[in-house]
Amino acid sequence: MENVDSINTGEGQGEEKVNYLTNGFSIKSWLLTKDHKRIAIMYLISVSVFFFIGGIYASLIRLELLTPASDLLESGTYNKVFTGHGVIMVFFFLIPAIPAILGNFLLPIMIGAKDLAFPRINLLSLYIYWVGGAFTMYALLQGGVDTGWTFYTPYSTTFSNSYVMAVGLGVFINGFSSILTGLNFIVTTHTMRAPGMTWFRLPLFVWAHYATSLVMILGTPVVAITILLLAVERFTQTGIFDPALGGDPILFQHLFWFYSHPAVYIMILPSMGVISELMSSFSRKKIFGYEFIAFSSIAIAVFGFLVWGHHMFVSGQSIYAGLVFSFLTMVVAVPSAIKMFNWTATMYKGSVSYDTPMLYAIGFLGLFLVGGLTGLFLGSIGLTVHLTDTYFIVAHFHYVMVGGTVLGYLGGIHYWWPKMTGRMYSEFWGKISAMLVFIGFNLTFFPQFILGYQGMPRRYAAYPEEFQVLNIFSTAGASVLGIGMVLPVIYLVASLINGKKAGDNPWLLPGLEWRTSSPPPTFNFEETPVITWEAYSFGEESGLDIDKARRESRVSPTA
Amino acid sequence: MQDLTWVPLFPEEASSFAWQVDALYFYLIAVSLFFGVIVVAGVIGFAIKYREKEKFATPPEIHGSIPLELFWSFVPFVVSMTIFLGGAVVYYNQYKIPEDTMEIYVVGKQWMWKVQHGTGQREINELHVPVGRKVKLTMTTEDVLHDFFIPAFRTKADVVPGRYTTMWFEATKPGKYRLFCAEYCGLNHSGMGGWVYVMEQKDFDNWLAGNLSDQTPVQQGEDLFTNKLGCASCHAGGQNQRGAVLEGIFGKEVKLVGGQTVIADEEYIRNSILNPAGQVVEGYQPIMPTFKGQVTEEQLVALVAYIKSLSGDASATTAAPSAPAATMTPQAEPADASN
Repeated sequence: MENVDSINTGEGQGEEKVNYLTNGFSIKSWLLTKDHKRIAIMYLISVSVFFFIGGIYASLIRLELLTPASDLLESGTYNKVFTGHGVIMVFFFLIPAIPAILGNFLLPIMIGAKDLAFPRINLLSLYIYWVGGAFTMYALLQGGVDTGWTFYTPYSTTFSNSYVMAVGLGVFINGFSSILTGLNFIVTTHTMRAPGMTWFRLPLFVWAHYATSLVMILGTPVVAITILLLAVERFTQTGIFDPALGGDPILFQHLFWFYSHPAVYIMILPSMGVISELMSSFSRKKIFGYEFIAFSSIAIAVFGFLVWGHHMFVSGQSIYAGLVFSFLTMVVAVPSAIKMFNWTATMYKGSVSYDTPMLYAIGFLGLFLVGGLTGLFLGSIGLTVHLTDTYFIVAHFHYVMVGGTVLGYLGGIHYWWPKMTGRMYSEFWGKISAMLVFIGFNLTFFPQFILGYQGMPRRYAAYPEEFQVLNIFSTAGASVLGIGMVLPVIYLVASLINGKKAGDNPWLLPGLEWRTSSPPPTFNFEETPVITWEAYSFGEESGLDIDKARRESRVSPTA
Repeated sequence: MQDLTWVPLFPEEASSFAWQVDALYFYLIAVSLFFGVIVVAGVIGFAIKYREKEKFATPPEIHGSIPLELFWSFVPFVVSMTIFLGGAVVYYNQYKIPEDTMEIYVVGKQWMWKVQHGTGQREINELHVPVGRKVKLTMTTEDVLHDFFIPAFRTKADVVPGRYTTMWFEATKPGKYRLFCAEYCGLNHSGMGGWVYVMEQKDFDNWLAGNLSDQTPVQQGEDLFTNKLGCASCHAGGQNQRGAVLEGIFGKEVKLVGGQTVIADEEYIRNSILNPAGQVVEGYQPIMPTFKGQVTEEQLVALVAYIKSLSGDASATTAAPSAPAATMTPQAEPADASN
């Protein structure tokens, strides 16, 4: 209860107070830290570096596709570029982005804990990520790999002369980072909740990360096994996947997608958790249908394991297997629909403000809507025979992965930036970048749906001339998108130097993370909080001092 | 013809089931618009109507609504089931190979498509087919995965090393259509494509006549069987028959050593040539040597075609060299009528 009384905005942010950033300045104090918040910051920097590298690959792809002929890059180089783009973005950006940065930083704070259950393992996961990333970068710089991020056999085992195993090793190592993070989150959520923090008082961000962690620890070992089998096959010609030796190339696809389809949910579920927070916070209203959103995350995690075969509708699996996977794919669409409706309903009778994080959240709703609905096109097996392996697929998964994950990620970074750094970024530039990202993204990827239906296959360095007009649109959109993505780097970094002091609770929100100082102290709270209120309570029981906040906002308008 | 410099939103419809795929596509666009309009109207409408009117307001608390939740779980589920059923029907039509097809063999190879007709004509990166006839492609690859994709026909199928995959179509409109490889296959993946020419029956007959080849697959297979590979020394019947009898077995159930049974289809014949000890027919010794590494995929296709012809298989007789015109002509009339 003490903690409820100590809620304040603006107070207690004196320079003299030690927070997690000022608690030691040496390099050693960072590299040997056990503080989940410092680890999150180091993840933020590392993941951003990989995002930047993946972005350079993306620009090369779009520049090459400006003209039908393979002129800027010859096809061998193009193949390595799109493989590099896929490997970096999937394994080193999308999978760790939200859990390892925002999840790491916020999950303990949101449940009222001092740290994660296993702080050293948390640090270990970062080192593993670095080692895996270094292997992968080494392989990509030495000459790259040209199999596509899917490593399909027998091309990857018998025919490719590129650095398949070095990249495979990088991905293999990196997987353990993911497993350890998932393990840590699950144990922490079970054992370290503050007094009064019941399961149904957890923020939905925590539920989403819990569901994600389940997928991480159950799915990731399978991809590790798959890569191991790939290595055995490549080095010893055992005959696991190569039909010339009695193996089955389709077996690889089953194993690969058994992980890589659930991996899609590792990428999107945390983003959904962020969106739940944003929709509630910027509507100043309790989330609509809390239990349904929470359990839909679990449902997605469970059903996500049963639909891998929808990546293989034309691979030569039996007609009946295809039908079963199509059916299950339709079932998994329902929990996502439930979330969409609940987020929308959360705004009903709310007090909706258009701060930068909310613009990203609204952008997410629009793009994920398109991504989800086109998922129905692709789950419908008769249609997928025509659409699979075309640009329709490329557009669909970018709508989900960029429109969903990246917008949720950027929205979350903006939303918690004041908490993480104690500074406000430029709201003006924030809004500009959110809109550039939304417009640029649609201009880049919407034309690709049309290209796909026309039949333009993916992974083509050169393409027939009739496809050029839409490709020009796409490349133009990518440049707008690129600017929208680079802007935040500039104004967020600038805010560290000249940003306004954020105060502990700039938006006057009830979440636990807003009840500690900005930036938080090393152990997150002065005293362990006791939770007596439901999640997302804006009413009196939350103890928020609205009158005082209003008075202060007139003096120094922070929002 | 496809020599378009501008971009149409939809590719041509040129196969018997293309309209079904397009109908499904339009149905999904309608569903998307329906849900899309509801959600977007909700998001934008609420965002404007309930925009912040005073700072740090505390709007009424709404926990949720069970009836609403059930409603918007149930409706998407029902709609998604209609999409599933529609897709299942179309898929069945696309992949269920019909009777009385004209058979063509396709072998993929980095980075070209090799095609052989039942009458022996070979082509590379081109496929000529008559309009209005059901065509079945039996496909495999010499190296990695490829995918035979004809957008105008709205169908595609992977070709997989070590097995046969099949696809079929019935072209409905004469013309020239793109052929792509849709499964990434290495360096020159984007160059692995060509054209499908759909011709009127009489043009197709002329094309066949003008491209007469040395041997049909059946003849080529017979040559391999009796002369080059020496299969006949054990399989040709007579007193010295040590191998299984091949006449009349195609498509039948065969009893194996150990009591299992297997249907003697293309896949089984292929496997028995490459890995003879794997599935030995009851009553025979596993003495046949493997031919792995000694026959190419194209020779395998020819051997399969020959063994099929020993069973008087319908599609194999279509390919019989003696009377190509005779088998074509009766088909020509309904084909013309359908145009």
